[in-house]
Amino acid sequence: MACFLVPTAEAIAVTIATKSVGGKERKAALAHTDVCGDNGEIKKTPFSHKLKWLGNLLWGGSALLAFEHLWHGEVVPWFPFMTAANSPADTAAMLHEMSTVGVGMALLVTAVWGCMLLASNIIEKRPSVSCARTQESGEQAI
Amino acid sequence: MTLLTTVFAAVICTALWYKGAPKNEYRLDILCWMYWGASIMWFVDAIFEYAELQAKYFTPSPAEMLNDLFLGLSVVALGMVIWIIILLCKDPKGVVKASLLQKKQ
Repeated sequence: MACFLVPTAEAIAVTIATKSVGGKERKAALAHTDVCGDNGEIKKTPFSHKLKWLGNLLWGGSALLAFEHLWHGEVVPWFPFMTAANSPADTAAMLHEMSTVGVGMALLVTAVWGCMLLASNIIEKRPSVSCARTQESGEQAI
Repeated sequence: MTLLTTVFAAVICTALWYKGAPKNEYRLDILCWMYWGASIMWFVDAIFEYAELQAKYFTPSPAEMLNDLFLGLSVVALGMVIWIIILLCKDPKGVVKASLLQKKQ
């Protein structure tokens, strides 16, 4: 009915957080580079960039889900925009769906993002192919 | 069927993105984010629907399947329209800008 509103609300909060964290990181002069530094070490991807992944997942999913609701006639382009808002019984059902399915969606997307963070941390810790090659050729030259 | 269609679209786009990485000239990451986000959300929807319908969930009527497939394809098409608009606006290869400047000259 309106389950996509919960991930949309999270997407708005995440976008604001991304802007705020990004600003702080820029102030702290944390350069975003995934590539090798001068000494061949790998600089970490800033948290604001990783937070943007969550925002992208939430915005993208919410947009397509909003279209599905439009398809089923649950969202209309005129006030009150939700057909479920026309009667108290439907509104109660809509709120129930938002608190179950909607919250479930937001939680699973966040959990998947959490797994992505773990995976990216592991990948960042191991030297990249180009870095390893640079170091190997350097060692051979020595 | 909508979930299946979106998952297939997400997997294909991710494979294409990986093939072109790290250049990412066509900004396929936009499509990947959209389709994966929608797939995860529809997966949750499917879990709740399965909890309600049980085995009936896996035996939809042909009309329902067709409608869901039609919706899935429409969702994929909408995702592609959003992607092409963002691609042309961001213009990572500078093609749109170059063509506009050529016209002016």
